Amino acid sequence: MKARLLIIVAALMLMAGAASDPSERLPDPAQEARARTLFTQIRCLVCQNESIDDSDAELAGDLRKVVREQIVAGRSDAEVKAFLTDRYGEFVLLKPRFNPANAVLWLGPFLAVIAGLALLLARLRRREPAQALTRDEETRLAALLDDEST
Amino acid sequence: MTAELGAFALALALALSLAQAALGLFGGRRPMLAGAGEGAAIGAFLGVAAAFAALVTAFVTSDFSVANVAANSHTAKPMLYKLAGTWGSHEGSMLLWCLILTGYGAAVAGFGKGLPAGLKSRALGVQGLLGVLFLAYTVFASNPLARVATPPIEGRSLNPLLQDPALAFHPPFLYLGYVGFSVVFSFAVAALIEGRVDAAWARWVRPWTLAAWSFLTIGIALGSFWAYYELGWGGWWFWDPVENASFMPWLVGAALLHSAIVTEKRGALSGWTLFLALAAFTFSMLGAFLVRSGVLTSVHAFAVDPTRGVLLLSILGVSSGAAFALFAWRSPALAPGGVFAPASRESLIVINNILLTASTGAVMFGTLYPLIYEAFAGAPITVGPPYFNLVFGVLMGLAMLILPFGPLTAWKRGNLVDSAAQLRIAGVVAVLVGFLIFGLMSPRKALASGGVALGAWVIAGAVVEIIQRTRAFKAPWPEVRRRLTGLPRGSWGMTLAHAGLGVFILGACFETAWKVEAAEALSVGGQLRLGGFELTLKEVGTVDGPNYIAERGQLTVTRAGRSVCAPAPERRFYPAGKQSTSEVALCNLGFSQVYTVLGERRAGVNGEPAWLVRSYYNPWVQLIYLGPLLMALGGLLSLSDRRLRFAVGRKP
Repeated sequence: MKARLLIIVAALMLMAGAASDPSERLPDPAQEARARTLFTQIRCLVCQNESIDDSDAELAGDLRKVVREQIVAGRSDAEVKAFLTDRYGEFVLLKPRFNPANAVLWLGPFLAVIAGLALLLARLRRREPAQALTRDEETRLAALLDDEST
Repeated sequence: MTAELGAFALALALALSLAQAALGLFGGRRPMLAGAGEGAAIGAFLGVAAAFAALVTAFVTSDFSVANVAANSHTAKPMLYKLAGTWGSHEGSMLLWCLILTGYGAAVAGFGKGLPAGLKSRALGVQGLLGVLFLAYTVFASNPLARVATPPIEGRSLNPLLQDPALAFHPPFLYLGYVGFSVVFSFAVAALIEGRVDAAWARWVRPWTLAAWSFLTIGIALGSFWAYYELGWGGWWFWDPVENASFMPWLVGAALLHSAIVTEKRGALSGWTLFLALAAFTFSMLGAFLVRSGVLTSVHAFAVDPTRGVLLLSILGVSSGAAFALFAWRSPALAPGGVFAPASRESLIVINNILLTASTGAVMFGTLYPLIYEAFAGAPITVGPPYFNLVFGVLMGLAMLILPFGPLTAWKRGNLVDSAAQLRIAGVVAVLVGFLIFGLMSPRKALASGGVALGAWVIAGAVVEIIQRTRAFKAPWPEVRRRLTGLPRGSWGMTLAHAGLGVFILGACFETAWKVEAAEALSVGGQLRLGGFELTLKEVGTVDGPNYIAERGQLTVTRAGRSVCAPAPERRFYPAGKQSTSEVALCNLGFSQVYTVLGERRAGVNGEPAWLVRSYYNPWVQLIYLGPLLMALGGLLSLSDRRLRFAVGRKP
């Protein structure tokens, strides 16, 4: 079982950088460049965490074809992504959308920084230098210093 | 017989670890018991070493009656891979983990002569407990020396993707790093038991942190390089869960390195330093769990097994849970540390720690978010490289901006305006470099040019720091020379590590932004343009390797008619596992590389055979490995500082 899994994995991984295959390429370099940028943001659904730009899996090839066709048909990047998420769900996007459900993912790290800075400020404030000495203390201090110097 | 002896030695090591734990934790200051605990620590290490030697022997002699050897080796495999195959599988790598864990324990027992008796024996006790957990797991749940009833005539061989010289070096360094944090963890728990964390404690912990972090840096850099030239592993970094798993302890270790300095020099942040010391090894264990359990999909994962995952998660929960509970209980009683002003090196290091910790949090959250999301929303989601690049990039960019201020600002109460004045020249250099790159490089990329400027800023900041400390260009030469030679190694180490970070940023920005790609189906004699280079496929022949047959393409690379190099990429077929791999050819051109891949054979235009040739020009890619190498060297240089070495031998 383990060995078979490894073979499947090895077969899937064999040909990375698959999207550069000349037989798939679009004739218009600008459109092709747009397609390649989109590929890096779309997940190969059957692979181990690869984008369709990297994967040589058959399904990745199909998705590349779909994306290229959509670009040739004049769809915008957002429209292409919407087309894919309608069919495959959010899972297909390597970059999760910013929406209420994902807000914690996107904002969490920055909130952590703000919280950390707030803690630092609180600590710095708490440790303000001690209050000036009262008159009484001043005289006691002077007396102590006098003692020492004699 | 060897395998049985090894298995026996491993069981013995487990028993000795148990003794080490009991003697260390309860022996306390009684020298007899503590001494016995130290002996047990050394004994446990020798026991695991014997088991490890037995497994190596089984691999070298191709003893297929050992299940692990039968599953992962082959008589035709080259000797290097037979040796390295020892830790190429889950079981073998757990044994390596145990070897290093007990090895660190033995090192504390043997080298920690100047440690206070109580702290030393308790730290060894905790290290012993960790040993018990991991050895018990290895002995009972993933025995590497188990026999098979009917030995096969031939082994199933190691996954060909792993048959690479990097397998010999990457895992040992990685584990020296991961597991090195166990010592720091044990010291932290021991200090919590004793209820005392002071400057002396921080000074004892720092060398172990430095060692672990430096090894981890080398291990990750090697792994990154390996993934770069192994096709299908996503390049030098693509935020795969397994890559993230190794990166989290590294980030926490980096934070710990800095906060431990504050605790050592100023007695402040002791609670936070303790927390990080516990967190570093916790993340190491989390990594072990993620890599082996299969909860997340990854291209680098071991052949996974959920039962093992549950056990590893239990080990993580028991040890870290207990340690953090102890922390919650004891840390409020710790003595508060020294006072510092808002503008001080302490504050800057705290901000560094906030950013590093938030980055660790982002990496962890992003890695685990798909699990959390699926549990709540019921639908799968992907968090991929675009998320990490953005969030991590912003946080680290901020950290890079403030980095050069740290070493130039005084402890306790500094003056940021003075530091800024000293850094003015570095700022000018950085801005100039940024604009120059923006103007010269095509295509124009503002963000990447900004990144390059940031790298230049960090490097220039490190240079300014040395100039300031030696009063170069101000004082007469003899004084400068005296100051140069008088600088402690620790401060050279810091400068080197900071500069290394800058070097890495330069490489990462160049490689990512200005990489050039070309691919074409070529017949013999066919040509391919790659930026300013011309690639020609001269011939394709077959090669008989030791345990594979290969098709090898012979290419030449020319630039403006002048020959640059002759790459020879291969496609290999390993009959033992019926697997194929692609061997990439790398040509070094200064810091840059031409990366060539021989693809599948297909029919060409006139019916003659053609091969899909892919090639990449990766500008400055070698800086991505040179940078971390400098960082690790910086760490090891600091480690050799006499202040750390001698301080270890002195009582507080």
